[in-house]
Amino acid sequence: MQDLTNQILELVRLTSTDLPPDVEDSLRLALEQEEPGSAAYGALETIIKNVELSRKNSTPICQDTGTPIFYIKYPEGWSTRKLRQQIENAVAEATKRAYLRPNSVNSLTEKNTGNNLGDQHFPTVHFEEVEGDTLTIDLMLKGGGCENVGAQYSLPNSKLGAGRDLVGVRKVVLDAVYQAQGQGCAPGFLGVAIGGDRGSSNYASKEALFRTLEEHNPDSRLSELEAKITNDANQLGIGPMGFGGNTTVLDTKITHSHRLPASYFVTISYMCWAFRRRRMTLKDGKVRYS
Amino acid sequence: MQNITLPFTDDIIRSLKVGDPVALTGTMVTGRDSVHKWMIDTFIKKTRTPQGDDLEVLEAIKPLLKGSAIYHCGPVVSGLDTKEYLFVAAGPTTSIREEPYQGDVMRYFRIQGVVGKGGMGPKTLAACQEVPGVYLHAIGGAASLIAQTVTRVLEVFKYDFGVPEALWVIEVKDFPAVVTMDAHGNSLHVEIENKSRKVLEELLASA
Repeated sequence: MQDLTNQILELVRLTSTDLPPDVEDSLRLALEQEEPGSAAYGALETIIKNVELSRKNSTPICQDTGTPIFYIKYPEGWSTRKLRQQIENAVAEATKRAYLRPNSVNSLTEKNTGNNLGDQHFPTVHFEEVEGDTLTIDLMLKGGGCENVGAQYSLPNSKLGAGRDLVGVRKVVLDAVYQAQGQGCAPGFLGVAIGGDRGSSNYASKEALFRTLEEHNPDSRLSELEAKITNDANQLGIGPMGFGGNTTVLDTKITHSHRLPASYFVTISYMCWAFRRRRMTLKDGKVRYS
Repeated sequence: MQNITLPFTDDIIRSLKVGDPVALTGTMVTGRDSVHKWMIDTFIKKTRTPQGDDLEVLEAIKPLLKGSAIYHCGPVVSGLDTKEYLFVAAGPTTSIREEPYQGDVMRYFRIQGVVGKGGMGPKTLAACQEVPGVYLHAIGGAASLIAQTVTRVLEVFKYDFGVPEALWVIEVKDFPAVVTMDAHGNSLHVEIENKSRKVLEELLASA
């Protein structure tokens, strides 16, 4: 089996320091929505300047380099144990090179391990065996500020008048955006999962965020709801950093899973504007990044 | 843009209003979750006996914090092995987690500037009126850009809290921020929350 430690290290560097083009484009479009001279406009200008500077100097876009969350799709024959080891080596080296901040803290002793390694959940790695011969490694760096404002609702929710249907889903998602205010570094991106259990719903809400901004939901009911939620959220007037303004949410991605008859969960993963997600693929011995 | 040299004066603090952009120059200290809890438990509520270098650190940071600013920041720092520290990425962290502690910490150390992101609540706002002080909002995530305003790392205390949680004493030049809570009881965050609540209620009713 090929050793991919160096290639994964490059994936980590790229993710931490170079914002994906679709995300950067959406920030530039957001700037056009704000009034020149307003605090919102100033915040977005600073954000865009920072994105350019981080790419140029190869320094982290945000100091909170978050939880490294890997989703790996591997062809038959790969060892997930070895892949995990290579990921851990790459993450520790990326920390040494200051692409990542040491972020892994033992919850009982309060000790920071200093190298972003910890137990089997840090870094987070999801594996799935797939057909074909392409290995795909998706990486998201998700900071604590936005992770803390994520939410999970159990429907029906009488306080919000949210029933077990897409109308109810819209209501709880808007409530989550309102609750978040500027705390999650708005303008944000929403990954929404309908159904599942409490655990799988959280997992799915993050996985939904890996769809690029151009990728529309194939289900028209959900693509319409995605657009409606983004539009409604932007009427809240929370704006960049919570300074007030027209851009609060830049995009919404919805996914759904089967559920128990008794449960109807809606889980919202809030991603900050510094939406650091990158993909590495390996096919015929060639590595590509996107 | 108002240029301010640290430490503050009461007159400058009282002249600042919500919405004012500022550029800070001088010495400030980073401190976030572990630091605030440590300060409250060990020195303010005294539910924990001082240990190790606690008292020594207390005496060292008192004059640094008096009249100056605490920065809610967990930086990415290079040169950890050689102790030639350099801030590589240093944007603000979410401040609201310090809401239970911040007001008392401000009063105890006479901190007049709280720098972070996302704003804080009524306890901190009350302390801003009393001390007097202001809350200065930096741009969340603008970490590379803000790190360039950190010209020097002067010292680090409580390194054992971990790199993000340690007290980093830094020299800054033209550190950019916006006043979002002032010494007169005004808060941009209260205003935006109230406005957005009304819109939310309308949106929920419209189905």
